[in-house]
Amino acid sequence: MAERITRDDVAKVAQLARLALSDDELDTFTGQLAAVLEHAEDVAALDLADVAPTAHPLQLGNVLRPDVVGPTLDRDEVLAAAPSAEDGRFRVPTILGEAP
Amino acid sequence: MGESFISAREVAAGVRAGEWTARHVADEHLAAVAERDGEIHAFLHVDPDAVRAAADRIDAAVAAGDDPGPLAGVPVALKDNLCTRGVPTTCASRILEGWRPPYDATVVERLVAAGAVVVGKTNLDEFAMGSSTENSAFGPTRNPLDPSRVPGGSSGGSAAAVAAGFAPLALGSDTGGSIRQPAALCGVVGLKPTYGRVSRHGLVAFASSLDQIGPFTRSVADAALALDVIGGHDPLDATSSPSPQPDHLAAVDSGVDGLRVGVLSEMLDMDGVAPEVVARVREAAEALAAAGAEVVEVSVPAVIYGLSAYYLIAPAEASSNLARFDGVRYGLRVDAPTTNEMMVATRTRGFGPEVKRRIMLGTYALSAGYYDAFYGQAQRVRTLIARDFAAAYERVDVLLSPTSPTTAFAFGDKTADPLTMYLNDVCTIPSNLSGDPAISVPFGTGGDDLPVGVQVMGPALAETDLLRTAAVLEGAAP
Repeated sequence: MAERITRDDVAKVAQLARLALSDDELDTFTGQLAAVLEHAEDVAALDLADVAPTAHPLQLGNVLRPDVVGPTLDRDEVLAAAPSAEDGRFRVPTILGEAP
Repeated sequence: MGESFISAREVAAGVRAGEWTARHVADEHLAAVAERDGEIHAFLHVDPDAVRAAADRIDAAVAAGDDPGPLAGVPVALKDNLCTRGVPTTCASRILEGWRPPYDATVVERLVAAGAVVVGKTNLDEFAMGSSTENSAFGPTRNPLDPSRVPGGSSGGSAAAVAAGFAPLALGSDTGGSIRQPAALCGVVGLKPTYGRVSRHGLVAFASSLDQIGPFTRSVADAALALDVIGGHDPLDATSSPSPQPDHLAAVDSGVDGLRVGVLSEMLDMDGVAPEVVARVREAAEALAAAGAEVVEVSVPAVIYGLSAYYLIAPAEASSNLARFDGVRYGLRVDAPTTNEMMVATRTRGFGPEVKRRIMLGTYALSAGYYDAFYGQAQRVRTLIARDFAAAYERVDVLLSPTSPTTAFAFGDKTADPLTMYLNDVCTIPSNLSGDPAISVPFGTGGDDLPVGVQVMGPALAETDLLRTAAVLEGAAP
């Protein structure tokens, strides 16, 4: 049985999800997520050890296509939709931070 | 605006026979939009010049002696989570505002190849997360039957567009009921096909093991025609079913004589299902019996766990799918000194409260220490639901239930507590978890004179049985 979600849990999850939450939002989400998880206790409490999980409604395996070159999206058209691009690539800010 | 309420089949027949032009049909529907969409707000994007130009191309084909196809000149509205090349596709989110996709969704290609004319992109709950369209970043849609009420959601704009006569056909997506519930609340037909029946290439993903595209129409036959056009295998969607498609339209009028119909008992007893809705479902069962069906009551015990399982599985998949909105490749970017800070700032400003709530819930359900207790357990419940449905379908051909627990509700009625809103989907969610098809068809009204939708469910790829059952109900509706 899962214990009740805490404000610290919510703050940690926000960090994992790349969201910055205000103090008010942390409080609100803590209560709301707890309510949904409490509702889910009916599922969490079931004894289903001998039931296989279903990830997907179809019983399809990997779907492969012939390894031949086909049409793809136009690179310039794709990059034109990006917030920033340079030299045929997506441009992003610093990734590793300044050297000391 | 008489012509704006005729069926898709009548529009196409008239255009193909040269009785009227696609341009005339387009102008009639654009006039309806201009007259009333200021109030209803079904559309997020309409480009009248592009609509007229597309209609003129259909007329030119007819004039040249070509057949534009089974949807010749039929105006269609597209939920704004379906990619349209060069045309804004927002998912009703600030994070995609201004984005123009570099390709068309497969369903859009198929509609256009069949002669359809795209009228515009319709409003939705942000990223299809909601049951009222109140979660749209661009303001809610109003129910054309009573503008003080919601149209349902998440495909509320598509349902409203069809109900208001802006288009005889619209497409939506259904992850937990997002086609069927708004169809019920707006008094139109809404079909969620079998998972895999319709390609999802070009549908912005919410929960990939649940999402399915389907039509809104004002008649069951139009829904069958739409499925004939958009369904079938697509190599661009790895989850697309390779099974050949039957002719759905040809099966619509075959009646229900000898069909075994089960009234799904658990869904008549669920919390919040209004007595007037239960009464309409029982009357629908009687109408089917009168038409020759064998009607029994059937239990599908595990459906009572559907809501809980869904609100673990769908947010988990959403938290993963929505990781792609990071300010790098498309849509909004909020500048910051480092890439990580840029991503946090972009997502924090770009996503609305319900989307953040579901990302949080899903990230939690998937996180170390909770995965087995929540997500793993929900996946096992999914097996139980599929197993119980399969057992029921050994005894009956189709199942009958309410679509939505109530008729259309007022704005703000269910926004204070997320769980109250989630309960709207209690009867529709199980079909998404099992992957089976389901249709909502209007059948009478509640005490407020607003429409009630009856849901017909069936086993995988049994759309023809659903459509002929729905057609009998359409003909027998009070």
